[in-house]
Amino acid sequence: MATRPEGDLSPVLTAGGVRRSFGVSVVLDGIDLTIAPGEVVALLGGSGSGKSTLLRILAGLDPDASGNVRRPLHHAVVFQEHRLLPWKRVLDNVALGLSGPDVRTRARAALAEVGLPDRDTAWPAELSGGQAQRVAVARALVREPELLLLDEPFGALDALTRLRMQQLFIRLREQHGFAALLVTHDVDEALLLADRTLVLEGGRLVEDAPVPLAHPRTPDDPAFGALRRHLLERLGVAA
Amino acid sequence: MTAAPRTVAPAAVRAPSAEAVTPAPDRSARPRRGRRVLRLVSPIVLFAGWEAAARTGLLPPEKLPAPSEVLRTGWRLTAEGTLAVHLLDSLQRAALGLVIGGGLALLLGAVAGLLRVGDDLVDPPVQMARMLPHLGLVPLLIIWVGIGEELKITLVALGSFFPIYFNTYAGIRDIDERLVEAARACGLGQLARLRHVVLPGALPSLFLGLRLAIGAAWLSLVVGEQVNAQTGIGFLMMEAREFAQTDVVLLGLLVYALLGLLSDLLLRLAERRTLSWRRGLKAT
Repeated sequence: MATRPEGDLSPVLTAGGVRRSFGVSVVLDGIDLTIAPGEVVALLGGSGSGKSTLLRILAGLDPDASGNVRRPLHHAVVFQEHRLLPWKRVLDNVALGLSGPDVRTRARAALAEVGLPDRDTAWPAELSGGQAQRVAVARALVREPELLLLDEPFGALDALTRLRMQQLFIRLREQHGFAALLVTHDVDEALLLADRTLVLEGGRLVEDAPVPLAHPRTPDDPAFGALRRHLLERLGVAA
Repeated sequence: MTAAPRTVAPAAVRAPSAEAVTPAPDRSARPRRGRRVLRLVSPIVLFAGWEAAARTGLLPPEKLPAPSEVLRTGWRLTAEGTLAVHLLDSLQRAALGLVIGGGLALLLGAVAGLLRVGDDLVDPPVQMARMLPHLGLVPLLIIWVGIGEELKITLVALGSFFPIYFNTYAGIRDIDERLVEAARACGLGQLARLRHVVLPGALPSLFLGLRLAIGAAWLSLVVGEQVNAQTGIGFLMMEAREFAQTDVVLLGLLVYALLGLLSDLLLRLAERRTLSWRRGLKAT
């Protein structure tokens, strides 16, 4: 039901019949999902709805889930917390797990892209929350992902930093053309960034709707407001 | 990057703290220096009193010789080369015991910390054995391994085993699971995760374990070398006791103390160099 093939392009991510239960409680009850190359999909849902669980499964980080997931070789994850290794300098954190002669050059380039070209030798503990999250984005970006999986990546940041990060995301996506699954509880963020929104409820995807807004988008656009009201209603919040 | 919302709060915070901070160094720096001098006073007085009491014959030399006498003896034994021989033997025992006990502890601690099966199989007996005071095992160890070198090395190994085992175990268990997951998401395999996440994450604990283990090793050595040793600092002291050379006994104590101090200092230096990322942690 969440399938939406775009042209003849084969999807960058295909998931079928994804199920996950913790003990007796079934968190995900048969999720089918495809994401087209370059498509940004926002996954909304109340807290505890299983959004993050689904993202971890799609990222291949949950061995106890059932169902089929086909993900591209080049994918990367950005978590809500930056999850940088405190004992590695920023540049080594970005280059973590990569090999090759030009790794450091690529890592430097990624740092420059997120606006931190001169923080390469800093320790993660010396960074502000926003800077650390930028490094986490650079760590994902340097892997040249076809698919970026983001788990409430800007949720822990203050409002202004979050706005800047959202703009950074739009810019990076224009430059790199990656597809993305963005888990968020922020309806505005979903409508600002995504081509399509999904709503997860009761372990199933209960809504799959495109976001037919032209870029650049602003929350004061009346069409934006209408979509916002609709999504909030879907999430059980009376607008 | 969050300059706008932040400028308000720090400005408000800075105002009162600025008053508090500037006079504080003036008030505390001098007393701190003064206190450091003050803290030297009582040891110096004690040593001077000791020296005076020994020289005037108030303290009989066979009970407590003067500190200068102890130092002179130390110089004499160093010049003769005797001290070096015994010191080397003691160091060798400590090192060997530490390598055996510490290596075993590292291995078992890692197995128990990393694998659930290892935890279930290894940890219970170690927890039980921990309750035995290892210096109390001397009679049993004499029956088992005799009174030779094996006894000293076994004692040191036993003494250093537990601190390293427990700190290895705790260090691995305390690693943030989310960092391991992030490393997995970055494509790190099991070995790479051990190298880049588990080992550096457990390293602060390992250092703590090693420091405690070295302390325990010296303690074990003190006891072990008093059982039928032919060489070593402990032997030097026991032999001196028989000939009532109290200055040599005191010298042995001094050497033990210096060894403990020196090893702790070296280890702390190594720790500071290896764990320099924690300095950044403290700075913020």
